[in-house]
Amino acid sequence: MNAFGQDLHYAADAVWKVAVAGVVLGAGLPAVYAVGIRALASGQGGSAQTGPAQTGPAQTGATRGGNPLWTAVAVLLFAIVLYCVAMGIVFVVATGKGDTVDFSQVWPQINPGS
Amino acid sequence: MLVLVVVTALGFDFTNGFHDTGNAMATSIATGALRPKIAVALSAVLNLVGAFLSVAVALTVTNAVVKTFNSDATSAQHALTMSGHALMAIVLAGLIGGIAWNLITWLVGLPSSSSHALFGGLIGAAIASNGWHGVNWVGDGTKLDGVVGKVLLPAVVSPIVAALVAGIGTWLIYRITVGVEEKFAISGFRWGQIGTASLVSLAHGTNDAQKTMGVITLALIASGHWDHTDSIPFWVKLCCALAIAMGTYLGGWRIIRTLGKGLVEIESPQGVAAEASSAAVILASTHLGFALSTTHVATGSILGTGLGRPGAEVRWGIAGRMVVAWLLTLPSAAVVGAAMWGIGNLFGFTAGAIVEFVIVAILAGYLFQRSQREPVGADNVNDDWHGEARPVQQAGGVA
Repeated sequence: MNAFGQDLHYAADAVWKVAVAGVVLGAGLPAVYAVGIRALASGQGGSAQTGPAQTGPAQTGATRGGNPLWTAVAVLLFAIVLYCVAMGIVFVVATGKGDTVDFSQVWPQINPGS
Repeated sequence: MLVLVVVTALGFDFTNGFHDTGNAMATSIATGALRPKIAVALSAVLNLVGAFLSVAVALTVTNAVVKTFNSDATSAQHALTMSGHALMAIVLAGLIGGIAWNLITWLVGLPSSSSHALFGGLIGAAIASNGWHGVNWVGDGTKLDGVVGKVLLPAVVSPIVAALVAGIGTWLIYRITVGVEEKFAISGFRWGQIGTASLVSLAHGTNDAQKTMGVITLALIASGHWDHTDSIPFWVKLCCALAIAMGTYLGGWRIIRTLGKGLVEIESPQGVAAEASSAAVILASTHLGFALSTTHVATGSILGTGLGRPGAEVRWGIAGRMVVAWLLTLPSAAVVGAAMWGIGNLFGFTAGAIVEFVIVAILAGYLFQRSQREPVGADNVNDDWHGEARPVQQAGGVA
């Protein structure tokens, strides 16, 4: 294969990885965040919810006084998002220094670059 | 000569800063999550921090498009494939090509890639100087490299991927938050916007300031003032970090306006989806060594949020103009780069550099003056969009 074909090959290889990571992190995390906001609204109850379309958490928690359980769920979900954002920063810092980061354990392992 | 190259490089870094503020902050400004001045200040600080974080050597930045180094040489000077003077002439002409295109697109309010402008300028100057073979078109086939691998393919693919991710994210967010009172949701998503936009700013600082650092270090090596390919002088890092932060703080209000108001009318949840998509795509690609432009990703993301929200309007005319600008970026900057190299060659090494520098200074002054006719600033950046990049001055007035 010539160099141009190789470039196409490597690009195609990188693209689907970027797309998968992008969908999981770039669309998944905002969705988790959105669930968190919804849970928070359910936790508060009352005016935080609106409209007839009450399904899912909003309906279950719609005891008008709110349900503190949903607030706890919201805090947990926000913590997950914050953790991922923090890992994003760790990643930027580490790669900026030329290190590589291993996320296979929950806590990041930073491997110094050459 | 070296002084001129360094000053021009810092000038490019500066235009890079204000050209790209919108990538991170346009959505936050448009939805009112952050006040305009606060947004650019936050972005500037994070760019400054980001620039300092990056100590990995970015010398290969130029090598990706122009054949500047042999990898098997023992010292930095010996690694150069051409004489120091020839290399500096290419770098200077290339930088000017990049600056010229950045300023012109800024004047018309179009977000275009600063990296492409720089690469275009360098490619043009390299062709003018060394012919077609002076350009690293496709690399050597062992990794994604060269103009095709590092510049063209990512430019085509990255906006599409970003738009897809942002579209899915937006769709999910709106589905999930059905039934949550709007005011409540918006205040929650504003925090999300600030977080995600900050992450994009930080990533921008690490990536883009590094490019200029690489170019300046290359010039230092070419002139014999530095002999390490694996480190960057501290003053270079400091100057580049300050230049990009100052540029960011100045705020490319015209481009912020186009991205935040022109392409899609953005709500807070869309802002979160757009910036989260940008951050994820940029970080994932950096991790995989897939070089891409922050501008292309951010624009793709914003477009995607327009597609993902039911009933949202995407102004395809504006999107089309952006795509045209992207297509023109590389060749236009290349033409300027080549022309500058020609002028420099005509006048000789040092005199040519001075002439080139004067030309770019005059051009910058002229374009800045033009911009003052219809200024866009923090005060009117969010005015309603009337089909033009600039806000309508008053009712019935000529825009």
